[in-house]
Amino acid sequence: MLDFLLQRAAISAVTLVMISLVVFTGVRMIPGDPARVMGGTDADEAGLADIRDKYGLNDPIPVQYLRWMRLALTGDLGESIRTRESVVRTVARKLPITLELACFSLLIALGIAIPVGVLSAVRRNSTWDFLANGASLCGLSIPSFWLGIMLILFFSVRLGLLPASGFVPLWEDPVANLKRMIMPAFVLGTALTAVLMRQTRNSMIEILSADYIRTAYSKGLAGRAVVFRHAIRNGLIPVVTILGLQMGALMGGAVVTEQIFVVPGFGRLIVEAVFTRDYPLVQGVVLITASSYVLINLLVDVSYTLLDPRIRISGTARGR
Amino acid sequence: MDVDLAGRLRRGWRRALRRPPAVAGAAVVLLFAATAVGAPWIAPSDPVRTNWSQIRKAPSWSHPFGTDDLGRDNFSRVIWGTRISMQAGVLSILLAMAIGVPAGLVAGYYRGVFDQLIMRLTDAWLSFPFLILAIGLVTILGPSLTNATLAIGLGATPLYIRLTRGLVLATEAQEYVQGARALGAGDARVMARHIFPNIVSALLVQATVSIPAAIIAEAILSFLGLGVQPPSPSWGTMLNAAQQFLETAPWMAWWPGLAIFTLTLSFNLAGDGLRDLLDPKDY
Repeated sequence: MLDFLLQRAAISAVTLVMISLVVFTGVRMIPGDPARVMGGTDADEAGLADIRDKYGLNDPIPVQYLRWMRLALTGDLGESIRTRESVVRTVARKLPITLELACFSLLIALGIAIPVGVLSAVRRNSTWDFLANGASLCGLSIPSFWLGIMLILFFSVRLGLLPASGFVPLWEDPVANLKRMIMPAFVLGTALTAVLMRQTRNSMIEILSADYIRTAYSKGLAGRAVVFRHAIRNGLIPVVTILGLQMGALMGGAVVTEQIFVVPGFGRLIVEAVFTRDYPLVQGVVLITASSYVLINLLVDVSYTLLDPRIRISGTARGR
Repeated sequence: MDVDLAGRLRRGWRRALRRPPAVAGAAVVLLFAATAVGAPWIAPSDPVRTNWSQIRKAPSWSHPFGTDDLGRDNFSRVIWGTRISMQAGVLSILLAMAIGVPAGLVAGYYRGVFDQLIMRLTDAWLSFPFLILAIGLVTILGPSLTNATLAIGLGATPLYIRLTRGLVLATEAQEYVQGARALGAGDARVMARHIFPNIVSALLVQATVSIPAAIIAEAILSFLGLGVQPPSPSWGTMLNAAQQFLETAPWMAWWPGLAIFTLTLSFNLAGDGLRDLLDPKDY
């Protein structure tokens, strides 16, 4: 197992280096002079030269990259051009809001997708299965930002039940927080619910036709016991993989969802940084997003070994 | 087309016909395609012409989808928006396939250092959430429909590299490929005549899944102000404008969203049908 984990960690490290290269090169390719953006429209040539000297913008690109990497490894991603706040501190302020939103949507997605997907597989080709398939197809097809607008139209404008936008921290007023988070979380979780529902159903159908499940039935075990004790554990392994892969989509989705519901989180920060040409902030948030994605996938691989003992055993055997 | 392939397609087509939702989905996709092509003849009025006496009018016989905040006919704008969405969706995925399929084919076939390099680069590329990558690329390239299409296409490329490579690895081990090699076929011939035709169906199925995602991505970019620029009639820009008038003119938000939903749902239904058509394994 150690071999397997070390190999995965090495691949992740190489990927992280590649990501840093892509981010650094990408930001340098944005049209316009970064010194001009930092100095503003009033800056004269002498002022611009000072800025270039201060931030090392005259150095060769590889030198700039190595300096940026060295600082990034110590947790210094520079400071925002607009607010002069450190990028790490800005992200640390915004990220918990998006993580709360992502956790809520994940809870909604798992709470709906797994029971419905399992039931669809157990009652394959029934009316229930047909309805669940239709619902998951609609969930995959509906544009999240339109769903968000429609929910605001119905629950906020028409019924006046929920606030259309804004954010209240959970620890300040949990009820007000939930009232503002429920619609964005539902919108963000819709596509994830659909993907997980499909995956759970397909995976469970495959598992339910496996030999060991037939053996369990032939031993006289009740259907519920077979499903809950034998099938679900293996059936959910591909679901965990998909969950890991969907984390990126969740972060991407947060960009739009936070824009619609005016949630001041990480996603909204990305859009603001792009629109204000805040290069260090763009560089920092994109690097953090991509690195988190790599680490989440590494965690997914580790969780495999916990869910599927075969990986653990074969890894150990190879290690010996 | 050999007899076996024709037979398979016929059998597959009969299977697809047994699934009316797939046929309906394909029909609606064709309808949207026809609307995109025929937009200048179908749209009753100029989609960018403002009419100050018709601002935010509710749906009526003269304006079936109502009018927007500048008095423009929503129906005409939705019709013209079809062209933009279809163009962005289809062209971006064609671009992704044009780069991704040859790269994946070569990486999977030759393996070695080139394969490792491509795969690590693909891993890094895939680590950026698709939308964030597209936003980043549009920032570099500048906001426009062409650049949004390019950004979406480049964002989807690693998916096709990975998929193609995986399919090549599975196909390469087949006896008919080894047989072709034993008979002296060169690398290019093996790839073009023996491997590619056997992986093309899986790639087509993936394309039917990717196109609706690309259509939604274009709408999102335009909604955020990073894609099609006003006054061009894009479903995303229409929804952006509609957001400000939800209380007084909700119809401005209904139709463009409904159009995106219908088109993506139809693509997904047609994609499911195509998968059944080309893949005998059916859940």
